[in-house]
Amino acid sequence: MTPRQRLCLFAVAIAGLVACYLWAFSGLPGFGRYPGPYGNVILKNAITQTNSTGVVSTINFEYRGFDTVGEEFILFASAAGMSVVLRRLRGEHDTSPFDEAANRQLPRTSGPLRIVTLLLAGPLVLLGWWLATHAQANPSGGFQGGVVIATGIMAVYLSGEFLAFRRLRPAAVLDAAEAIGAGGFVLTGIAAVAQDLPFLYNFIPLGTVPGAVSSGGTIALISFCVGIEVAAAFVLIIGELLDQTLLRSTGSSTGGSTGRGTGKAGR
Amino acid sequence: MQIFPFLVVAWIVAVGLYGLVTSRDLIHQIVCLIVVQSSTYVLLLAVGYVTGGIAPYFYDISPHTTAVDPVVQALALTDVVVEAAVTALLLSFAIQAHKRFGTLDPHQLAEFKG
Amino acid sequence: MIPNALMDTLQVTALVLVAAGATVVVLTRDRIRLVLVLSVYGMLLAILFFVFQAPDVTLSELTVGAVALPLILLLAIAKVRKRPEQ
Repeated sequence: MTPRQRLCLFAVAIAGLVACYLWAFSGLPGFGRYPGPYGNVILKNAITQTNSTGVVSTINFEYRGFDTVGEEFILFASAAGMSVVLRRLRGEHDTSPFDEAANRQLPRTSGPLRIVTLLLAGPLVLLGWWLATHAQANPSGGFQGGVVIATGIMAVYLSGEFLAFRRLRPAAVLDAAEAIGAGGFVLTGIAAVAQDLPFLYNFIPLGTVPGAVSSGGTIALISFCVGIEVAAAFVLIIGELLDQTLLRSTGSSTGGSTGRGTGKAGR
Repeated sequence: MQIFPFLVVAWIVAVGLYGLVTSRDLIHQIVCLIVVQSSTYVLLLAVGYVTGGIAPYFYDISPHTTAVDPVVQALALTDVVVEAAVTALLLSFAIQAHKRFGTLDPHQLAEFKG
Repeated sequence: MIPNALMDTLQVTALVLVAAGATVVVLTRDRIRLVLVLSVYGMLLAILFFVFQAPDVTLSELTVGAVALPLILLLAIAKVRKRPEQ
C-alpha cells in the first residue's frame, strides 16, 4: 500500500473517530457543570474520616489504594523489563571499545552549569523527601516526591561528574530500594489483613489535628514507600540508558571532562 | 466555552494520530504516542472542573468551600508518572530494533520477518 | 477570589497554546529538536493543569514531562545515532 493510499484511508478513519468523539461530547453537561455525586460525597467526608486535608492524596492512597498498588506495579515492571531487555544486549556486544579520535579536543562542561547543578543536587533530594512525606497536608505525594529525588541525583550527571554519578547508583542498592518501596506498600495492606481488617484498611491511629504530619494514618507511610520506589525506578531507567550509550564509546567524549578511558563494559 | 476544551482534546488526538501514521522514524512515533496520551489528561481534568471551584486542599481554608472534583485529579496524577516509565520501556525496544536491523524506519522494519 | 471572566480567558489561552504545541511537536522531524519541543510542550501542559486548579498534577507533569522524559529520550537518541565512519 503506497503512502498516498495509507493517508487517504487514515483521513476517512480519523473523520469517523472525530465524529464519534464530538457526538459523545455533546452528551456531557458542559464544561464547568460537574454533576456527579462521587466527588461531592468524598469532599464532604474525607476530612472528618481520615483527618487529612490533602484530598487527592487521600483518594490515591486510601479510598482507591488498590488502584494505586496496580499503578505502582506497572512502574516496577517497566523498570525491571528495561533492565532485562538492555542487559541482554550488553551481553551480546562485549567487544572492547576503542577510542575513535584520540586527539580530539573535549569540550568541558561550562562553569555556570556545574555550579548551579552541584548546588541544587542536595536541596532537590531534600525537597523530594519533603514532598514524599507530606502527602496528607499539601499538594504533595509519593509520586511527585520520588521523581524530584531522582532529578536531584540526575543533576550530578548533568554537572559533568560522571564517575560520581556512577558511584551514586550501585545496582544492588537500587534493586533493593525498588523492592522495599513496592513491597512496603503491599505489606501495609497485609498488616491490616493480619488484624482481621480489610486489605489496606487504615489501622494506624489518625492524629488529632487535620493536616498535621502525624495525621492520616497509613497515608504517610504508603506515600513514603511510593516515593522511594519511584525514585529508584527512575534512577535505574536513566542509569541503564546511560550505560547503553557508553557501551561502544567508552573512551570518547561522553561524560564531559571526566569520561576518558574507564573501559568498563558491564557491571 | 461550554465545549471548547473537548474540541481541543479531539484536535490533539487527531494531530497525534496523524503524526503516528505518517512518521518515518520510530523515535518520532513514540513522541506522537506521548502527545496522544497527554490528551487524556486534559480530558480528565476538563470533565471534573467546577466553575468557581478551588483546588481540593483545605489546609487553611474552610472545608465547605466549593472545590473541583478530586477523583479525576488522582487518576491523572498517577497516570503522568507511569507514562514516563512505559515510554522508557518502548524506547528500549526501539534500541533493540536498531541493534538487530540497523534501521529505525517503520516502513523498512515492517518488511523484516522474525 | 478570581472573577470568572478572567479565569475563562486564562483557560482559553492555555488551551490554545497546548493545541498549538501539540501541532508543533508532531510536525518536528529532527530528533534533537523534538526533545526540546517536547520539553516546552510539557511546560505548557503544566500551565494548563495549574489553571484548571490541579496543583498535584502540575507538579507531576512539570518534573516528569519537562525534565525526566526529555532526558530519557536524549539518552536513547544518543544510543541510536549514526556513528561517523572512519
